[in-house]
This record gives sequence, structure tokens and C-alpha cells, in this order.
Amino acid sequence: MGALEAVILTIIAASTPLLLAATGELVTERSGVLNLGVEGMMIMGAVCSFAAAYVSGSAPVGILAGLAAGVAMSMLFAFLTQTLMTSQVATGLSLTLLGLGLSGLIGEGFTGLPGVKLAPVQIPVLSGIPFIGPILFGQDILVYASLALTAAVGYVLFRTRTGLVINAVGGNHQSAHALGYGVIRVRYACIAFGGGCSGLAGAYLSLAYTPQWVENMSAGRGWIALALVVFATWLPGRLFVGAYLFGTVWIMGLYVQGLGVAVPSQLLSSLPYLVTIAVLIVISGNKALITVNTPACIGQPFAPER
Amino acid sequence: MKRLVGIAAAVLAATLAWSAAAEKLKVGFVYIGPVGDHGWTYAHDQGRRALEKELGGKIETVYIENVPEGADAERAIERLARQGAKLIFTTSFGYMNPTLKVAKRFPDVKFEHATGYKRSANVSSYNARFHEGRYVNGQIAARMSKSGTAGYIASFPIPEVVMGINAFMLGAQTVNPNFKLKVVWVNSWFDPGKEADAAKVLIGQGADILTQHTDSTAPLQIAQKEGASAFGQASDMIAFAPKAQLTAIINNWAPYYIARTKAVLDGTWTSSDTWNGMAAGTVRMAPYTNMPDDVAAQAKKTEAMIASGEINPFAGPIHRQDGTLAVPEGKVMDDGTLLGINWYVKGIDDSLPK
Repeated sequence: MGALEAVILTIIAASTPLLLAATGELVTERSGVLNLGVEGMMIMGAVCSFAAAYVSGSAPVGILAGLAAGVAMSMLFAFLTQTLMTSQVATGLSLTLLGLGLSGLIGEGFTGLPGVKLAPVQIPVLSGIPFIGPILFGQDILVYASLALTAAVGYVLFRTRTGLVINAVGGNHQSAHALGYGVIRVRYACIAFGGGCSGLAGAYLSLAYTPQWVENMSAGRGWIALALVVFATWLPGRLFVGAYLFGTVWIMGLYVQGLGVAVPSQLLSSLPYLVTIAVLIVISGNKALITVNTPACIGQPFAPER
Repeated sequence: MKRLVGIAAAVLAATLAWSAAAEKLKVGFVYIGPVGDHGWTYAHDQGRRALEKELGGKIETVYIENVPEGADAERAIERLARQGAKLIFTTSFGYMNPTLKVAKRFPDVKFEHATGYKRSANVSSYNARFHEGRYVNGQIAARMSKSGTAGYIASFPIPEVVMGINAFMLGAQTVNPNFKLKVVWVNSWFDPGKEADAAKVLIGQGADILTQHTDSTAPLQIAQKEGASAFGQASDMIAFAPKAQLTAIINNWAPYYIARTKAVLDGTWTSSDTWNGMAAGTVRMAPYTNMPDDVAAQAKKTEAMIASGEINPFAGPIHRQDGTLAVPEGKVMDDGTLLGINWYVKGIDDSLPK
């Protein structure tokens, strides 16, 4: 395997969990809900998918368990913020704390066990092509899912009626309500989608990225995903650029060190954050576009006006 | 949150232990990671278990895992002291100052801090000469590598880690003077994702042997997947990479923990500094696997000669990276210099972060 090929494969692996979680959060936020519990949903996805895969011996079962765990966590959030109308910020933060603690408890007996590895999809003939084969046709299902989901979200949000409804609910929930759309119902669905995506990101961590369970293994990736959504101004295309840029700069930092170049490793560790923020701010320079794309009702609880 | 759970568990355990047998000596342990990390903390916990087995009737042990270095560490250590632990082992470098602080407030409690350099009347320090094992690893790496290049996943640029990198390189140079070593710093003791990324990058750059000074099994798993070889860290990690692990440096703390606990029971405990290696059995090597017999035989011989004192990994001549002579022929580096080492030996292809 060539050096370039190895680097690209590593970048894809590092970027995929960010892209998955951020895509889900983007949809949630488009519907006007700010869920800061991404980290908590991701880590619950990681532990549940590891446990399910370990017990059943099957990676697909693990993926489903991760998905279910993410959705379950997000439904707790939805019930509290949409039905009981608690503060979204406070509830999201508690969801992260709950996820980190609960996952430690569930994972207690699974720490340090060799996990089930999610096998790559081997497309016959195509995956045998040198260089582009392993990169384009030899990835695992979650990598393809992350790309397909991002593309699908872009299509649905801007080309379909469903997308219009989601944007309307996030942009002006009173008007959407007046037009007869079920604001709370739409938001429940979008929160569930976000939770499911975070759960899948967690499943990717514990089944594909490093097939094992250790406490706190999400290591802040949920927060990075949250930041990416904002810096990408709620546009899926930019989200893709941001997630892969972050992964690329992070891996290149390690790569440069391996070459023995004299750059402080501490600087290289912080570079992905700096570069990603800088680039996304530059490409999001158009103020009008930001105004159009920012969900105006984000973070606001909805109660129908009488 | 997990910390709270851990502390709560410890409180419960401590309370139960207290009510069960008030006369038993209570021995506390503070761990940086989970006991199931299969690395650093796992090795300390094996020592604790051995201690319970050996002196079970006379002592009780309690531990708190996943304690971050810093202010939380101070609280955790104090908690153990308040609960009546009379001997407390704090097992990470960053617990040094918190341990000393708590020790001041509890003069009748004995403290033992691992890998640090500060002591007081009731604080001892202890460490192991892991670099002896790394020297053996370096020799094996140079024999086994086809590309002549090894990759080193390092945590933080402190003397303990730098010493290990140097020992590995000095061992490798006894076989191949032109051996290459690539070093990647991940700025973390334990982050499987980062360690895996670093492992992939190093293999991509031509390293076919990996070694690490981080605590997770992720690099070994990557090595196995990519057809490279690697060394286990702190405990035998063969279960995670049966085809990739060459050997592992095993931290065997049991003899020390038993000896120090006995000293407290006898009333002979005094503050001391202990730095044992292969000779005392504190550093051991896992079975030599996935290598030809002659390589294993050479490794065994080197191991035996280090244990008997015939080989010192830091025997001269040793040159610094810039070519200046650090230790002349016929001399060995003294422990003081070794414990403060902040430069690479000649031949390492990296610049040390400051």
C-alpha cells in the first residue's frame, strides 16, 4: 500500500464519525432545535453497538443497536424539550453528561475486550483496482452511509416538500403552525434523525475506527461535530468540506511528525481546529447567505399562539 | 460522571470494608485509567490483586479508577485518606503534587507515588526501569524489520518517555547502526482513536514495527490489520494481536506492593525511592512470539544479561542527536542524568518537542 493511499484511508476514517454526527445535528438544527447532547448520544451509540456486537458476534446487529441507542437518547431529549418545554441548552448539556456516565456504567464489563470488527464492503473487481479500489470501493458500510446521508440531506432539505416543511418549522414555527404543519411532530422526527446519526457515529468508533470499548472514547468528537454545523452555516455541502478538512489537517499533523519535520506537536494538535474554523469562516463570508440559512427559531421552545 | 460513579463505588466499598473489619490495614490505590485498559492501570491492578492474595487476612484494598491528573486527583486521594486508608499508592506521574499536598494534611498516612521525583517524610516514590525492556524491544525490532524503520507512538515529551525512545534506539543500533526510528507525539496517554491514526500514518510511512508509550491496545490492532508487528505496552496484549505482538514489557508491581505493605504492617516503613528493573522482577517480558527462534534466543540472552547487570542500556559511548558525546566509552549514564533526560540519542529522525 502506498503512502498516499494509506493517508487518504486514514483521513476517511478520522472524518467519518464527524460527518455522521454533524449531518444528523444539521437536520435537528434546521428544524429549530439545538441539541447539545451529540457527545452523549455518540458515546451511548458506541457502547451499545460494541456490547450488542460482542454479545451477538455480529457487526450489523451492533450498528442497529448503536442507531437505537442514539434515537432513544434523542427521544428523551425530545420529550423534555418539546413536550415539557425545558431549556434546550441545559437539557442538551445534561444529555451529554448522562451519556458519558451511563455509557461508563453499561461498558464496565466490556472494557478491554477484543471487539467485533466491521468488515469493509468488498465490491468485486472494483475494490481490486490499485489505489482507487481500496479508497472508493473498499470502505465499510458506515463510510458509504455517511456520504449518502449527507447527499440525501442536501437533496431533501432543498429539493423536496419535506425539506420545505423542516425549514419552515425551523425558520418561523408560528407561521408553519398557522399553515397546518405539526411543528412538534416535525421536530420530534428531526431530533430522532439527529440522534440516530450520532448513534451511528458512535457505532463507527467502536466497531470500525478502533474496534474496542473504552470509557470516553468519543473524546470530544461530538463537540467538534456541533461546531462544524455552525461553521458550515447549516449547509450539507460545506459540512462535508469541514468534516474532511478537519480530518485531513489532523492526519497531516501526525504525518508531518512522522517525517521528522521540526514543528511543535502541540501546535499540530490544535491546527485542525484553527484551520477548519478559519476556512469555514472565509467560505461563509456572505452575510446574506448566512441570514437565509440560519434557522431563525433555533433554540426557542414552541407553544402555539392563541 | 464516571468519576462520581467511581468515587461512589469506592465510598461504598470503603464503608463496607470498614464495618467488616476495622482492625485490618486499608490500602488505597488511585488509577489514571480504567482497570480494564489492559495497559498501565491494568498492570497496577494486577499488583493490587496479588497483594490481596498474599496478605488477604491482614489487609483490605480499595481503588478509585479514571481519576484525572490535577485537582480531581487531590480530592480522590484525600477521600481515600479520610476513609481510613493508611497506605495509598498513587499511580500516575501527574499525581505527584496532589499526593504531596494531601500527605501534608495526613501525616500518619503513608503515601507511595509512582514515576515521580518528589518525596517527603510520608511520601515515597517508586518507578520501574521500563527502558530495559525497550532496549530488548529495539534489538528485536532491528532484527525483524524489513524496511529498517520502526514507528514510535509517544505521549508527552517528559524524561520517562524520552528515556524509553532512546533505549529502544540504542538497542536497535546494536544490530543495525543505520536503523531508522520515526516518532509521533499524540499528546495523550490514552486515546484509542488518536493512537490508531498515528499507527496508520507510521505504517504508511514505511515503519513495519510499531512500539508505543501510550496505554491502549489500538496500535497493536492496527499493526495486526496492516500486517506489521508491534510490542505490547505495560501488560501482555497478545489477545488483541496474536499475529502482530512480538513481545510486551510487563510491569510487575506485585513484589513492590507486597514488600511495602508488609513494611507498614511491621512498622518498618520509611520514605524511600525505589527504581527497580529486570533484576528485581519489576520489569518482565511477555513470551517472544511471531519471530524466528534465533531472534527470540538473542532477546532472551539480552534480557538475562540486563537482569544480571552485564548489559546496561545506557552504557557509553552514547552520542546526542547533534553528535556531541554524552557518555564516554566505559562509563554508564548515572540515574540522575537519566531521570532528567531531555535529548535524543544520535540517529533518531525527529525533533523533540519542548
